[in-house]
Amino acid sequence: MSEPAIEVRGLANRFGTQTVHEDLDLSLPKGQIVGVVGGSGSGKSVLMRAILGLRPPQAGEIEVLGRPVTGIPERDAHLRESSGVLFQDGALFSSLTVVENVEVPLKCHGHGLSAALIRQLATLKIRLSGLASTACNKYPSELSGGMRKRAGLARALALDPDLLFLDEPTAGLDPIGAAEFDELLRTLQQSLGLTVFLITHDLDTLYTICDQIAVIGERRVLTVGPLAEVEQLDHPWVQQYFHGPRGRAARR
Amino acid sequence: MTRVDATRIDRLDSAGAQLLSRFIHRAGLGPDRVELRSDHRALFKAVVDVDTQPPDDDAHKGNLIDWFEGVGRATLDFLQDLRALLSFLGQTIATGILVLFHPHQWPLTATVHHIQQTGLNALPLVALLSFLVGAVVAFLGATVLRDFGAELFVVDLTTYAFLREFGVLLTAIILAGRTASAFTAQIGTMKSREEIDAIRTIGMDPFVLLVLPRLVALLIALPILALVAMISGLAGGLIVSSFSLDIPGQLYLDRMSAMVDVRHFLVGMSKAPFFALVIALVGCMEGFKVGGTAQSVGERTTSAVVQSISMVIVINALAAVFFMEIGW
Repeated sequence: MSEPAIEVRGLANRFGTQTVHEDLDLSLPKGQIVGVVGGSGSGKSVLMRAILGLRPPQAGEIEVLGRPVTGIPERDAHLRESSGVLFQDGALFSSLTVVENVEVPLKCHGHGLSAALIRQLATLKIRLSGLASTACNKYPSELSGGMRKRAGLARALALDPDLLFLDEPTAGLDPIGAAEFDELLRTLQQSLGLTVFLITHDLDTLYTICDQIAVIGERRVLTVGPLAEVEQLDHPWVQQYFHGPRGRAARR
Repeated sequence: MTRVDATRIDRLDSAGAQLLSRFIHRAGLGPDRVELRSDHRALFKAVVDVDTQPPDDDAHKGNLIDWFEGVGRATLDFLQDLRALLSFLGQTIATGILVLFHPHQWPLTATVHHIQQTGLNALPLVALLSFLVGAVVAFLGATVLRDFGAELFVVDLTTYAFLREFGVLLTAIILAGRTASAFTAQIGTMKSREEIDAIRTIGMDPFVLLVLPRLVALLIALPILALVAMISGLAGGLIVSSFSLDIPGQLYLDRMSAMVDVRHFLVGMSKAPFFALVIALVGCMEGFKVGGTAQSVGERTTSAVVQSISMVIVINALAAVFFMEIGW
């Protein structure tokens, strides 16, 4: 394994007097699905926003694909072209149709691609995300929750990023839809060679598709490693999380 | 050509895979005839799988047909809106009659609250705006009438204008912007957070709880506000007349009571309940039409203001014709 995809050193995030992260270190390898877990309010989303450069941290350094994120302009082309983000409810632009949504990053970073080619690429991404092309001309409000997430995924994949950030992609989906989404993610990750940063509360997702698990708690990363290792960590929260009734049910 | 050697491609993204997939499709080859480096195979397969599916029926219609479709839809939407308003009116009247027989169901607190919100709180705004419009009308009349040496007729002009039209029309337009939007946003937010459904499941009638108090409050508040608007408009005319047209206040009042019949006041006031009905009904109805999203609250609020202002002006025009024909 060459250089890590994401490298975080000594990260500190504070909101006023409240400290969310203190001296947080994290190193994630390339080409894997990393599940990020932690209790509510433990700062999973804050960590993601910091890595994406949406929220400047109070201290620490973050490198994405070998390039620093801290202290660069927010519109830095390299970071934006090499990462795709799926927010919790898709965050699709409600005034644009699905295909127009997927075209937005292509138009912004497409370096003068023709409109026809952009449309063609966007349609390909929508189909890769498992939506029929009849969904292309619908508005986000006309889609179900699961379809919105797939449309959001298509937009995140528009630029063939190396890194994919997902914030609770299976929250609010029924178990069948969630399982389909997991499978889709696995297939896409393998065929496109993605590195996936996956925030989730869904134990089934953790068990079925994640290569590595990062546990966040006590303002830092408690551990990173394959599921089998993380499960055995002697920490009350980790034990409760993986060996509580829901954890046991998901493992079966 | 029997096979494609793509093993010397160093980097392949999905756009490249799509080009390759289309190329072999045009050449009439199967995807298995493409040799690829092992790390590119999965990507190529994923792209071929979705790219060779027949395109779903999504043929783009001609622009002209699209346009006609749009016109048709807009027409139907308009008719449906009208129908919805009538059925809403019917439902409100039916509920209102039912509640008349069960007065203890009447949401008295809510009604008083809405009278304060829509009436009392709007009073300074209505008074100020009417006063200013009254002053402007007097100025405008004076500039024309001065040429004929008939400045005194400014009194007739402002009085007729405010008693018959402007007093109630200004009030209705202000309330359409201020109150119809508030009704839509209040009810719409409740709708989008499923509060209306909660009211239903508890066994209460959202019409009794939400629509009737608003409607009754506006039926009470709007005529009172219209009266205030008339008085303020006349005061505006009086101030302008006495300070810059040399018509003393006493003369203004004398001429007003000598020349102007009480029926002009009645004509203006008779329109107030209709305006109140339209504003309350449109505001509440648009609120009930709100869907699940925050955006739709905004859309419906805009629609409520546009509809209620237009309807107020249209009804006012029809009323003007009606009263002219019967000679009032």
